[in-house]
This record gives sequence, structure tokens and C-alpha cells, in this order.
Amino acid sequence: MTALLALKGLTKAYPGVVANDDVSLSIAPGEVHALLGENGAGKSTLVKMIYGLVKPDQGEMQMNGAPFAPAEPRAARAAGVGMVFQHFSLFDALSVAENIALGMEHAPRLRDLSRRIREVSDTYGLPLAPDRIVGDLSAGERQRVEIIRCLLQDPRLLIMDEPTSVLTPQEVEILFKTLRKLSAEGTAILYISHKLEEIRSLCDAATVLRLGKVVGTAVPRESTAREMAEMMVGKTLSTPSRPAAQPGEEVLRLDALSLPAPTAFGMPLRDVSFSLRQGEVLGIGGVAGNGQDELLSALSGERRAPRATIWLKGQDIGALGPNARRERGVLAAPEERLGHAAAPNMSLTENAMLTGAQRERLERAGFLNWGAARAFADRIIAAFDVRTPGPANAARSLSGGNLQKFVIGREVLQRPEVLVVNQPTWGVDASAAAAIRQALLDLAQQGAAIVVISQDLDELMEIADRFSALNEGRLSASRPTEGLSVEEIGLMMGGAHGMEVAHV
Amino acid sequence: MDLSVINPVLLLAALMSAATPILLAATGELVVERAGVLNLGVEGMMIVGAICGFAAAVESASPLVGFAAAAAGGAVLSLLFALLTQLTLANQVASGLALTLFGLGLSALLGQGYVGVKPPRMPDVDFGPLAEIPLLGPVLFSHDPILYIGILLVAAVWAVLKFTRAGLILRAVGENHDAAHALGYKVVRIRTLAIMFGGALAGLGGAYISLIRVPQWTEGMTAGVGWIALALVVFASWKPWRVLLGAYLFGGIAQLQLNLQGAGVAIPVEYLAMSPYIITIVVLVVLSADRTAAPGSLGRIFHASG
Repeated sequence: MTALLALKGLTKAYPGVVANDDVSLSIAPGEVHALLGENGAGKSTLVKMIYGLVKPDQGEMQMNGAPFAPAEPRAARAAGVGMVFQHFSLFDALSVAENIALGMEHAPRLRDLSRRIREVSDTYGLPLAPDRIVGDLSAGERQRVEIIRCLLQDPRLLIMDEPTSVLTPQEVEILFKTLRKLSAEGTAILYISHKLEEIRSLCDAATVLRLGKVVGTAVPRESTAREMAEMMVGKTLSTPSRPAAQPGEEVLRLDALSLPAPTAFGMPLRDVSFSLRQGEVLGIGGVAGNGQDELLSALSGERRAPRATIWLKGQDIGALGPNARRERGVLAAPEERLGHAAAPNMSLTENAMLTGAQRERLERAGFLNWGAARAFADRIIAAFDVRTPGPANAARSLSGGNLQKFVIGREVLQRPEVLVVNQPTWGVDASAAAAIRQALLDLAQQGAAIVVISQDLDELMEIADRFSALNEGRLSASRPTEGLSVEEIGLMMGGAHGMEVAHV
Repeated sequence: MDLSVINPVLLLAALMSAATPILLAATGELVVERAGVLNLGVEGMMIVGAICGFAAAVESASPLVGFAAAAAGGAVLSLLFALLTQLTLANQVASGLALTLFGLGLSALLGQGYVGVKPPRMPDVDFGPLAEIPLLGPVLFSHDPILYIGILLVAAVWAVLKFTRAGLILRAVGENHDAAHALGYKVVRIRTLAIMFGGALAGLGGAYISLIRVPQWTEGMTAGVGWIALALVVFASWKPWRVLLGAYLFGGIAQLQLNLQGAGVAIPVEYLAMSPYIITIVVLVVLSADRTAAPGSLGRIFHASG
């Protein structure tokens, strides 16, 4: 069988970095092909070339044996390439049908389009109402919008960039059924993911990229996740270790904390309660947008809480702001690295100053001690292996993984009594993620209480002692992670958002 | 004080005319902002349109040529803004303010030879028997063509934004320029066209003041109308019909307060003069209680990264 898509010697260089270096691969019709690699390995650049967003410097692409060089996404779509983006390329204020019309060359009238959306969503078991406003949809539903937008154009190749990172296990199951059905109908799928177990269950072949080069191929069903991970990183991986420890006395307690939604698209917190002891790690799972950001800002003090809802060692800290809480040892590292956890255009020294000023005594009577701040930044860089030329570099210039190591390290080194982190390893490559998890475990070992909010269930299972799920702003009762099954977790997270697992 | 000197029919007729400059400028700015661009240079584009229109009308003795020149002048000036913000990625707020200052200076320079000149008069549209209807005739059917064009433009902008693919793409670009770019839409080109449309309408609005409302040329004669138009777009929640409502409200109160001054009402003139601004803003603030209507990418710089 001739390949549907064949790439030969594709090379793309940006100033200072070769994103893709002589990359070749081929995909047969109906094949599910995984593209593996750490952040910065060049996966995004490669798929952007296939989708016509970026032009290769060298090399050629062939579609069904004929030369294929899309000048823009429109040409790629016309040739039968569909793409589901990692950061959904959707318009919040527009309806589902309008969003889909924008991604089509010859969009029919909205009424006909709505009918076709219903047909396709029935055929593939992806329930979706065409007239809803996208801003009101869950992450899983938003992804369905993108998938249906692609399916309406009968793609021969569907590119999926990290599709499952925002889905509940049940939603992943629905997605996989859809993808298997598509593949059986002859649609090839190029699948990018960090989650190796998923790739093992879904994909027929895998190409591994490292630093822009193809470093190997694998048949996922016949390889272990560990083998593939080590091929990606190029070295042996260590699993975070955690000696069993007895939790100490209670440090942090939430009593029926309720807060209204901060914005129109935000989520209110409803009756959230938990208790956390010294040396304990509480893992909070749940699909994005179910109150994670709101919970973090209530704990960090960005939003003040009502009286008698947040207690630190018996003291009511609900009315205190972030600085007063820092003073008492409650630190937080929010999810959004650029803009929330770190100020993008400020140097690492300045960023170290921003949260470390009090606990590290970097200021006195309103005057800043830059020498001490630089030393603190240097300490973080050394202790957490942050790859940067030095603390004078802007936060923006660091790669996602390195900046994440910096912002987590900055809080860890301030010896917190309670540390709240949201998505500590989101978009971080495997070895950096392992280092961050190990640091959190070491911190707990020293007696700190830690709240880890994450959408990566494997991560929570690995480091948390107890697990709770956030769903629609409600926190489930916590359960010990040991012996908890994926199905149970999925149900705690609210199942597939009120829908049956699709009958495909 | 004698309120009976105020003739309600004349007041209503004057209201429509007083509202038209704001209506034109605000409609143009609405399209610009729906495309995600905040152009604070409306006042500058209006005053440049005012002098371009005035000069062209005087030289050619044709008000229509004047209005065409005004639209062209406003659009050309807005191209400067497009160049700064879309190609060199300059800050939109600073560029817009600079555009206003530049426009005020440029218009003063261009207008030096036109002070005290009388422009040709624009004839009213002849509606025949319609104009004879009591009350409605003089209020609705006794105006110049530009006023009606303004109302038609509001309807057209509303219909294009709501029902056409071009309007959908424009809204998409304003809502999330990164996503629009990822889908292959030409963000910079679409925004540049929107900015030029806004400039042309601001120019028309300016010429309406210098050729019909006043009609003569004085420096700085737009007197803040461009700023009111900007505020109107925000308080109208980026909805065309609310812009029309707001413009008529403002025009109506502006006209009413002039009449009240004439009637010698025992309220200090300063309070009357500020009343249109205050009342318009209060009414529109109440109307725009839902704050989610702002285009998602409004005022943000778009940079296509690989």
C-alpha cells in the first residue's frame, strides 16, 4: 500500500535553533501514528509544516505519491488534512456552528450546517448542540467542536495535538472509540501525546523525536512505556521515591468554603472542606475549569475567604492577603507560568524577589536587597537544575519546563509549611517532571503539607497520599490513593459529564 | 423663562442632525473594535476629515466631492495608525493618542486658507409628498443625504456582522486573533481594512460638522465629538443599534440644552452644557450591565509566530 503522507528530509531552522533536522516519516491510510518527544523536540513545528502554517527550509512532502507543499492551512485542508489543536483554536463568544463554519472552506448556511453537525455528532458518538456558545462548554465539549470541524471536511489525515490532557478517563474512552472508528474507515491519524500508556493502547506505529531529529521508531503495542520514555529523553529515568511516613498534626483546614465565581466564565466554589496534616500530600484532580484556579486563589489569599472557613493551625487566615499568608508559611505556585506565577519580562532575580521578599528577608524597610535576591535566584537555579545563562535573563526566555522548575523551586526553597501547586508539571518534559515531583515529595518528607492540584491522574497517583476530585466547584471527600482504580477516580470526577459512554 | 419658545418639531429634526457626526464616527469605530483594534485616534481622523471635506467642497463647489474627500482623508490618516500598530506592532493606545494630536495639528495647517470661507450647501433629499406630512415630514423627511446614509450604514454594519461570512470572520479575528490565524485567516489584512473603514466613517463624521452642522471651518471644531463616539461604542456594548440609540440620545440632549439656554432656564449654562455627556453615559452604563460583550482580543497586539 502506498503511503498516504510521506515526509522526506524535512528541515526547519529558526534563528539560533534547528527545530526539525532531516525528519522523515510515512503514514499509511487508516494508520494511527504516534509522534513522541519532549517539549522542544520539534513535534509542533513538524505538524505545523504538514498543516501549512510553517514552510520547511528543505525536504519534501508527498501526499498519495504526489508532491504536497501547502502554502497555508486552507490548502492543507483542501488536500484532506485536519488538525485538532492543543490549545483549542476556538472563539469563546461565538456559537458552536459559527466556530465550525470558520474552519470550513465553503461553509453552508448556518441552518444546514447545524443539521450536518447533528448528523456527524450522532454518527461518531460526540454529543454537541450547534447553537450553544463555546465559552460555556467544558473542555471535553470544546474538543468535540474541533473534532467535528475536522470531520465535516472528510479528512484523510487527522492531526491531534495532545488531545487527552484535558479529558476525564471516560471522555478519553469516547474519544478513542471515535478515533478507532475513523481509522477503520481509512482515515490516518497523527497523534501527539505525552501519555505513553494511551499511545500503547491506540497507536499502530510511533516516531520519536529528540532535539529536532528522529531518534527512533517503535511499535507501541510491543514496547513498554518505559522504553519509549527513555528513547524520548535519551537517558534512563528514575521514578520518584517516597518512603512511608506518619503524617503529623493538622496544619490546614477548610470548613465549608464557598465563594462566588470571580468572572462570567469562572466557577464558584461550593462548600469545599478538607483537612491536611504535616507531611501529607493531598492530590486534587478534576477536569480543567471545575474550580481549580478559584481554589488556588482562595488558598493563596488572592481572593479573600469568608470568616471561619480557612484555618492554619487553629488560626483563621481567611481574611488575610497573600503577603500575610506567606509570612505564616502558606505559599502557592499557580498554573499559568507566564503572567501569573512569573512576570514574563522581568528577570529571574526580580521574579525571585517578587514572592521571596518576605520569607527570604530580601527587603528591609521598603528597600530591596538585590544582592540577596540574586543569591536566592542562583540558589534556585542550582538546586533545581534550571537551564539558563543566569539570573539576569527574563522569565520569558526560559522554556516551559525550565521556568516551571524555577517557579516551583522558588516556593520550595522558602521552606513553606503549606504549599499549594496547580498543574506543577503541565507541559513539562519527563525528566523535569520527575525532578519537580521528587522535590515536592522531599518537601513533604521534611514535614510540609502539600496540596497538588493537577489534571494528570498518573501524577497524582504517584505523589499524593490522598485523592479528592473537584467537579463543578465541589470537592469530593478524599480517599487514600493506594488501591484507587481509574474507574473510581473517573466517577469522582463526575464521569463523562452526565453523558453515557457513547454507543458507537 | 419661557419654555413655549421651544418648538418640539424643530427640536426633533435638529436632534437627528446633531447626532449624525457621532453616529458615523462611532459606527466606524465599532467595526474597528469588533476586529480587535482599539483606535483612539477617532478625534484626529474626524478633524482631518472635516478639513479635507471642507477644502474639497470649496474648491470643487460640490459638497458630495467634499464628503468623498473627507472619507478618503480619514482613511489615509487611519492607514498611518494601521502601519504603526499592525506592521510595526506599536502600542495601540499610544498610537491612537498620537494620531489624534497629529490630526489636530495637520488640520490646523491644512485649514489656514479656509477660515471664514463659506462652503457650498448640501441640498436636502426631496421626498416629495412625504415631507408634507405634519410632524413626521419635517422631523424625518427634511434632511441631507448623508444623514440617511449614516442610518443605512448602521443597518448595514449590523446585518453584515450578524448574517454574512465576512462579518463572522471579522468577529472571529476580534475575538481570538491567534485562533483565527491558526485557521488561516489574514489577521493583519482584515484589521487594516477595518481600520480604514473606521477612518473613512470618522472622516465623514468630521465633514458633516464642517459642511452641514456649522458650516464653516474653525480649528479644533470637532470639539471632543470623537471621544464621545469612542465612549459610545463601549457603552453600547459593541452593538450597532445601541450606538444609534446612544448617538440620538446625546444629540437630543445636546440640542435640548441649547434650546433651554435660549429659553433662559435658571440653571447655570455650564451644567446644561455638560448634561448631554453625563446623561448619555449614565443611560448607556445602565444598558451595558453585561460586561462580557467586549471582543476578546481588543487592543492586544497580534504577532504571527511560526
